[in-house]
Amino acid sequence: MTILAQRPKSMTDKPMHYCPGCGHGIVHRLMGEAFDELKIGERVIGVAPVGCAVFADDYFACDMVQGAHGRGPAIATGIKRSKPNAIVFSYQGDGDLASIGMAEIVHAAVRSENITVIFINNAIYGMTGGQMAPTTLVGQVATTAPKGRDPKLQGWPINMCEMLAQITGAKYLERVAVDTPQHVMAAKKAIKKAFENQVKGVGFSMVEVISQCPTNWHANVEQALEFVRTKMMPQYPLGVFKDEGAN
Amino acid sequence: MTQKTLRKGNEALAEGAIRAGARFFAGYPITPQNEVPEFMSAYMADAGGAFVQAESEIAAINMVYGAASTGTRSMTSSSSPGVSLKQEGITYLASADLPCLIVNVMRGGPGLGSIGGAQGDYFQATRGGGNGDYHVIVLAPNSVEELGNFPKLGFELAEKYRMPCMILADGILGQMMESMAFNFDPIDPNKLGKFDWAVDIEKNGRPKRKVFSYKGDNLIADVTERAKRYGLIEKTEARFEERNTEDCDVLLVAYGLSSRACLEAVNHAAEKGLKVGLFRPITLWPFPSKRLLELAGKVKAILAVEQSLGQMVQDVKLAVGDKTPVYLKAYPAGGQPEGEAILQAAQSALSGKTEGLFDLQRHAEGFTYECKRDLSLGVQGDRKGGK
Repeated sequence: MTILAQRPKSMTDKPMHYCPGCGHGIVHRLMGEAFDELKIGERVIGVAPVGCAVFADDYFACDMVQGAHGRGPAIATGIKRSKPNAIVFSYQGDGDLASIGMAEIVHAAVRSENITVIFINNAIYGMTGGQMAPTTLVGQVATTAPKGRDPKLQGWPINMCEMLAQITGAKYLERVAVDTPQHVMAAKKAIKKAFENQVKGVGFSMVEVISQCPTNWHANVEQALEFVRTKMMPQYPLGVFKDEGAN
Repeated sequence: MTQKTLRKGNEALAEGAIRAGARFFAGYPITPQNEVPEFMSAYMADAGGAFVQAESEIAAINMVYGAASTGTRSMTSSSSPGVSLKQEGITYLASADLPCLIVNVMRGGPGLGSIGGAQGDYFQATRGGGNGDYHVIVLAPNSVEELGNFPKLGFELAEKYRMPCMILADGILGQMMESMAFNFDPIDPNKLGKFDWAVDIEKNGRPKRKVFSYKGDNLIADVTERAKRYGLIEKTEARFEERNTEDCDVLLVAYGLSSRACLEAVNHAAEKGLKVGLFRPITLWPFPSKRLLELAGKVKAILAVEQSLGQMVQDVKLAVGDKTPVYLKAYPAGGQPEGEAILQAAQSALSGKTEGLFDLQRHAEGFTYECKRDLSLGVQGDRKGGK
């Protein structure tokens, strides 16, 4: 009997709690595959965020630390500086990384901490029930922007990859999506590279994943994927914003 | 053990911490504790550890959270407004049962306050400080020598009970120079053994480990277990120092720098033939209530002396109840206590004259205290010009 596909060894068999159609599970799986392929599973220590992925510490087989909202890059810094041989990641959503944790992500990049950040951007606060995120699109309705995000009142969405690209210490920045099999394959490549960079000691690497949140977008999965393509991608173009890994 | 040398308080503390095996330090500049991160930036790397100047106190304490998760002896230091910022991380450290050392070289408050030494953060330190039901162990040094030697005690207590430990010093202690000696040999943290809860990269087939703060349905069991630990600590770890407490009429209660001024008062009293003793809590949490209650039965009055508006005195009152009258000589907002004035206050307390003192009385409605000082300042800040 030939095994064609199986759960990555770097993941546990705990059923995930994510909503149907959510992108988190896909990204977790891609990370697990990357750990297996890079043979770093034993060395990984992950930092789980506050938000929908607060239970991510149950899904990875590695040792995990779960900390305060937005502080993942600081916690990861403490782990990495204490255990330089560990492969340390911080997994964060958009409110976590681009709002309450803005200082921590910027300065982790400034110091070029040799960590890997996986940033899930779905333009909404998920766990708390659909409030406006720093990445919420102009006009997008949220429970705290009931008439849609109005730049006059709430400003414009923030593009993290473009912003962090200005920082010398940020060594690898790529934005990917998980809406189609092709994009999932590209996301896998980017995530793997972001961890490979850490193995090589390249410095701060971040992959931003444009993800879908059917629940809080009040959309079915098909509509959510359509929203990713027609609304999210024009604001958040996919691509590589910085790649100094080869240098 | 070392020879006695002349050292600045903050530097003694920083060197003491490295000697005690601290191998991770993160901090942010704030007066009057800047010598601590400066010392760490110069010597931590040589000791094989890591120093990070963080982007904020919030980041610094969360870096400590990460480093402490790995079982590394980790610490941060700051001063009052910065320690307020750290409270988020401290409550997470408590919830995740992580040992670490937090240093507060107190300055005047509230808010930005002043850069002078003060003791206004007693409540914040002893009541938890952040959200939720928790404590940190609080050590209150009163000399440069204790500043240098308490980091070892702090790490040991923190690790024994798996919780943060705070050294609560103040700006004068941090800045002053005294002759001091380290009373222990440098510790190699690599020889201390490993924790069975720390995240690591050498798993060798053991189950995965998690350090986490969200307890969900297990929160009641989690907090209950911690409460039992707290009870054990209150029973076994209360530390204090006594001076002339046998056969005294007035018992001064003071910690940290205030206790130094009280020592002066105790010595003056002895010269004048007055019976004044000093009870100095060394641990502020756990507060040494049991011994204080024993002493309360033998004295005519207790005078709490503190560089705050009446914070520690609440623990004094909780400890002694109605057994003995409790008075307060308060030096808030950076006021500096002075031996002669304290001695006068002790004599006032003994004679029941409470002018210039706070007189603590237990009212039928509950625990409160009356201010006998004239505070007829009127009410300011009323809105004006409204229609």
